[in-house]
Amino acid sequence: MSRALQRMAVEILELAHGTDDLVLIGIQRRGVELAQRIATLIKDQEGADVPRGALDITLYRDDLGTVGPNPVIGETHLPGDLTDKHAVIVDDVLYTGRTVRAALDELADFGRPKRISLCVLVDRGGRELPIQADIVGKAIKTSTGDRVEVQVEELDGRDQVDVVR
Amino acid sequence: MSASSTLGKDLTGLEHMTPEQIRLILDTAEPFKEVSERPIKKVPALRGKTIVNLFFEASTRTRISFEFAEKRLSADTVNVAATGSSVSKGETLVDTAKNLEAMRIDMVVIRHGSSGAAEFLGKRIASNVINAGDGKHEHPTQALLDLLTIRDKHGKIEGLKVCLVGDVLHSRVARSNLWGLTKLGADVAVCGPWTLMPRGIEELGVTVFGRVEEAIEWGADVLNVLRLQLERMEKGFIPSLREYYRVFGVTPERLERSPKPITIMHPGPMNRGVEIDSRVADGAHSVILDQVTNGVAVRMAVLYLLAGGRAELADAAKRAGGGGASE
Repeated sequence: MSRALQRMAVEILELAHGTDDLVLIGIQRRGVELAQRIATLIKDQEGADVPRGALDITLYRDDLGTVGPNPVIGETHLPGDLTDKHAVIVDDVLYTGRTVRAALDELADFGRPKRISLCVLVDRGGRELPIQADIVGKAIKTSTGDRVEVQVEELDGRDQVDVVR
Repeated sequence: MSASSTLGKDLTGLEHMTPEQIRLILDTAEPFKEVSERPIKKVPALRGKTIVNLFFEASTRTRISFEFAEKRLSADTVNVAATGSSVSKGETLVDTAKNLEAMRIDMVVIRHGSSGAAEFLGKRIASNVINAGDGKHEHPTQALLDLLTIRDKHGKIEGLKVCLVGDVLHSRVARSNLWGLTKLGADVAVCGPWTLMPRGIEELGVTVFGRVEEAIEWGADVLNVLRLQLERMEKGFIPSLREYYRVFGVTPERLERSPKPITIMHPGPMNRGVEIDSRVADGAHSVILDQVTNGVAVRMAVLYLLAGGRAELADAAKRAGGGGASE
């Protein structure tokens, strides 16, 4: 996982042409930890502190009424106004695309970034919306019943990606 | 998620709620505080839901607080007051609510002068019912916002000494607070004139004081000062407002006896110079306006949790879909 994150950090720098307008936005919960890791890697490489934010998309989900809420709503905090910034959304797994759809809606309520990109550790396919990632750590093939579980050191005590079939 | 962590259809009072349910609401209120600080103070969680605020008694703060909470969750709201509606033509409560339901509403927030009105209504209509104060019975969202404010200020509720001061007998705020505080493990006392103290209140496990000085000597961390409803004087519960202030008014002189700062709360509206001195209400340890701010967050949490459907379905969807939050 650390090699994938290293590569993702480099790709983000290329995509954003450096760190000037860059903002990393992690999606709760593991996206937040991954964004932190990437920010540390960028600091090691470029010496710059990239502003980071955390986004909880629970209140923007399109399925609250039908399947009920996940009652635990995480923290949302953004580093100031996003207008004219290049926001890079960071998440652990890209699947149906609905989380990203919700994140895009939520970000729009915080300003008008000049560009929003998507960076995910694992792309497992199975999209239900026309959404693609700009930067992918690893793409894997899965079927509907599978679960992709990402564990990160900070929350789970180790770095690991499991596909449970 | 255990079955006991969901709230059920209605919120009618804290008496029959579990500590886990109360904590769930307080924890859910935390992230909602931040929503009110955003440039756009609105999230789409309750888009398409219709909520009726049915107020049979006068209310400013509670009604506006509910309305802000509803609007910040993107619900559509309608306010119905008893005066100027068919209620004043003699329509019954259930008929009023059934007519509203025929227009396809989702939730009713009700304030009513009769104890038990919210529960009565909840059993007869399919919409979620939220009690915004019923007679002398309960005012659950007020107690929840009080609990949240205490937890913010002291970092915990368990083990704190909290004293309710004033007209406990007629106060639904006091009743809901007693249930909530004792369920969360606070050490609870009440203080006020004997004429305004319910009989047998000691049986609830609370300490009873006849003087504010005793509550301060007891080591109170929080004084929640209740509003003296002025019509009580005419009915002979107290001799005069001036005498009430002299004996039960929360004043700086009385608070000075405490070796530690005491957090001051009041559910509003305040009678300055009767139950509370202005220097205390506006003092450094007053969290009265924090209570108002927290009121919106707590009501957003209650609306969100009641509207959100069934937890067991959410669990099932998560198992099938590979993780709701990590898709």
